[in-house]
Amino acid sequence: MNREVRDALKAGLPLFIGYAPAAAAFGILCKACGVSLLESFLFSAVVFAGASQFIALNLLVTGMGFGGIIVTTLLVNFRHFLMSTYLSTRIRNIARRYFFPIAFGITDEVFSVLSFKKGVLTKTFIFILQLSAYSAWVGGTLAGYILGGFLPGDLTKSMGVALYALLVAILLPEIKHSSRALVLALSSGLLNTILIHLDFLPRGWTIIACILIIATAGMLLSDDTKGEAL
Amino acid sequence: MNNLIPLIMGMAAVTYLPRLVPLFLLTDKKIPKRLDRFLQCIPAASLGALVIPGMFSVTPEVPAAAILGIGFTIVYGLFKGGILLPVLGAVAVTYTVLLHWG
Repeated sequence: MNREVRDALKAGLPLFIGYAPAAAAFGILCKACGVSLLESFLFSAVVFAGASQFIALNLLVTGMGFGGIIVTTLLVNFRHFLMSTYLSTRIRNIARRYFFPIAFGITDEVFSVLSFKKGVLTKTFIFILQLSAYSAWVGGTLAGYILGGFLPGDLTKSMGVALYALLVAILLPEIKHSSRALVLALSSGLLNTILIHLDFLPRGWTIIACILIIATAGMLLSDDTKGEAL
Repeated sequence: MNNLIPLIMGMAAVTYLPRLVPLFLLTDKKIPKRLDRFLQCIPAASLGALVIPGMFSVTPEVPAAAILGIGFTIVYGLFKGGILLPVLGAVAVTYTVLLHWG
């Protein structure tokens, strides 16, 4: 197995472990809300955006119309616009027709793994990573819908830690070399905590605000120091 | 429940387009240096906000479980590196704590 494939599987497995129980929870909730199996499957298979699917179910139950839910979804998922903008600076020598499937699979976690990967991003690496995430998301949704809570609750919760652990694990090698990434990540997390606490932004926009503010600060600070210190 | 297919298709469209448009418009384009510096800060900035404060409430009944799990990731990751073991270890530690003290 070549190195690219092995690295992608190594990064893909934590995604699988993290997504599967979250997707199962979504499937279980769909069933409880009276959503059909086909529609539950389609939610995960064609939307493929974790948090916004849960929010949509929530809003459906409260009686919100489709238009309102779609606008909310746009707002909640708009952070991927920024992530995709960053990824456009990292993608080289990939034919444009592959952008269609690649764009579909840009979730928070896939983006994080890709953005911290050293060197060139090949389509092999990207597709294996995205397929790990996608298969867990769609498969987990079906399993949850059909089988219900088939794993012990404690184990499901523990598997939820996998996604956070994954993001932390990919940041660690970075902060060994320089404090730049750590300072950016910690200040962004602090700002996010404050913004969530203040509770004046719509859902999903605290993260967008953090990215815009912290990345602007990072840009200005690196201007002052000729791009070295930060 | 009504037919949800129109809702699902609408959600899919507004989720997909923001993911797609930048790839098509910006890949292989020359972008100004300042903008590039801004973009290069996005990974760390978004990662921080994705993880904090969310990771402190994965196991709301026993917050210590998730925190110890992530603690394992940090210690193991800093000394040994890698992705798979730091993540699997975090799940194992969290599960063990939940089993014994949950």
